[in-house]
Amino acid sequence: MTWRRRQERWMKVAMMAATSLLIGSFFALLTVLVVKGWQAISWSMVVKLPTGGAYFGGEGGILNAIVGSLLLAVGATSLSLLVALPTALLLQPDYAGRKKFAQFLRSLLDGLWGVPSIVYGACGYALLVALGWRACLLGGLIALAFVELPIMVRAMDEALGIVPKAMKEAAYALAFTRYETMRHVVLRQALPSLVTAVLLAFGRGIGDAASVLFTAGYTDNIPRSLFDPVASLPLTVFFLLNTPFEEGQRRAYAAAFVLLVLVLAVNVLARVITKPLSRYIVR
Amino acid sequence: MPRIVVRNLSVYYGSHQALRDVSVEIPDGQITVVLGPSGCGKTTFLRCLNRLIDLTEGAKVTGEVFLDGENILAKDADLLRLRQKVGMLTQKPQVFPMSIYENVAFGAWLKGLRDKKALDELVRQCLQRVHLLEEVRDRLFAPAFQLSVGQQQRLCLARALAVEPEVLLCDEPTSALDPLSAQKVEELFRELKERYTIVLVTHSLRQAKRLADYVLFFYMGELVEHGPAQQVFSEPKEEQTKAFLTGVIG
Repeated sequence: MTWRRRQERWMKVAMMAATSLLIGSFFALLTVLVVKGWQAISWSMVVKLPTGGAYFGGEGGILNAIVGSLLLAVGATSLSLLVALPTALLLQPDYAGRKKFAQFLRSLLDGLWGVPSIVYGACGYALLVALGWRACLLGGLIALAFVELPIMVRAMDEALGIVPKAMKEAAYALAFTRYETMRHVVLRQALPSLVTAVLLAFGRGIGDAASVLFTAGYTDNIPRSLFDPVASLPLTVFFLLNTPFEEGQRRAYAAAFVLLVLVLAVNVLARVITKPLSRYIVR
Repeated sequence: MPRIVVRNLSVYYGSHQALRDVSVEIPDGQITVVLGPSGCGKTTFLRCLNRLIDLTEGAKVTGEVFLDGENILAKDADLLRLRQKVGMLTQKPQVFPMSIYENVAFGAWLKGLRDKKALDELVRQCLQRVHLLEEVRDRLFAPAFQLSVGQQQRLCLARALAVEPEVLLCDEPTSALDPLSAQKVEELFRELKERYTIVLVTHSLRQAKRLADYVLFFYMGELVEHGPAQQVFSEPKEEQTKAFLTGVIG
């Protein structure tokens, strides 16, 4: 029987190794960003717009991109939430009377999930051209919302799917309508996983460069309307890293660090906000 | 005519027939116990009485079930009104992800009762009737799942009573409970039967003997025998009932 014991031990070692690799790479990433960018990180970088030759190691900060990225990601996430939640609810057996339809929709969404974001960018660009608009915040929002949609719907679908069938039946037996059951029982029970779904989509949205490249454009300013171009952090990183100047490249790493901190901050914030609501979840 | 009348009820899951042409009248204000071995159609029968069977994928139901003279299996039957008349208790208590108070109040609130004082009073009354009030008085707004399983089952009963049903359907409501909690729930049924028609599915022959006024015995989807408890237990007419009662089958 000793080989079974050995197997047990080796499995544990393998799992620990894999997990350490993951944790290690996160800290390696953080270290690279800090080491390469620490000289450029400063308060003025976070709170100032770029001035003059910001890309040649000059003045100013990346406030345009920070605000731009938040506008784009928060806006696109809200937009796709409006579409994702009803779609995910429809996918539940309570609504999707025909199972085949739900299965078809799921595989379609999985397909869309795998579509590279530059494709959404290109299609969004074609739409803008057709409408006669220039690259703008609204264009970026729409393209980004489409990037986020499949991931959000599928994650929400999974989240809603784990609510016990018996719990829903208890609600129906009490003469709840489907809407009441979803609204008051299912959504409450699935809340933390739904928040995770939104965060996943937000994470993909705020980090995406390809879809906003042609649709949102780039600017040194903060947009004043939905029809002004808007900057974003991933593109800032891309442009700065492309400069031949060391100072510019340092700022690229600093911008990447800011992006990372932003994502983490939003994650923590969302958890803190939903924590009190998770108190009632039936385990 | 009794409140619940079942005529020629059959249920098919695909090609499998789970209930075969069941016809029976369920006496009002009594505890009717549905007995039989696993897989004999007891739960299926119960789920027809509040049309929860609709939610079972692939189930096809034929026949008629009358509740207060209205055929609830009819396509145009008002499901919400039906389900308000019929409360349900499941094997494993399913509390909602809300506070103890909300669990009881929610059904009534959805029905349109918005007055805070009336709701408070209703919650107090319902919890009192299941003898839970004393145990939870100081933590009404705590999450319901923090209660013990036995308390959760009584909470589910209070929740059902709060929408003022006429009928209570109970699917092995004590089988997940410890003996003491089970005893409390059984006592509740005895207290409640004067005001409600109770249909109780159970595996346990001993529980059936303790509680039953009327007995339905199912075997392989067929209603083999039914009658007053005294008669079925002491002088069963059918061979299968005898075999079940003496422990040869089931």
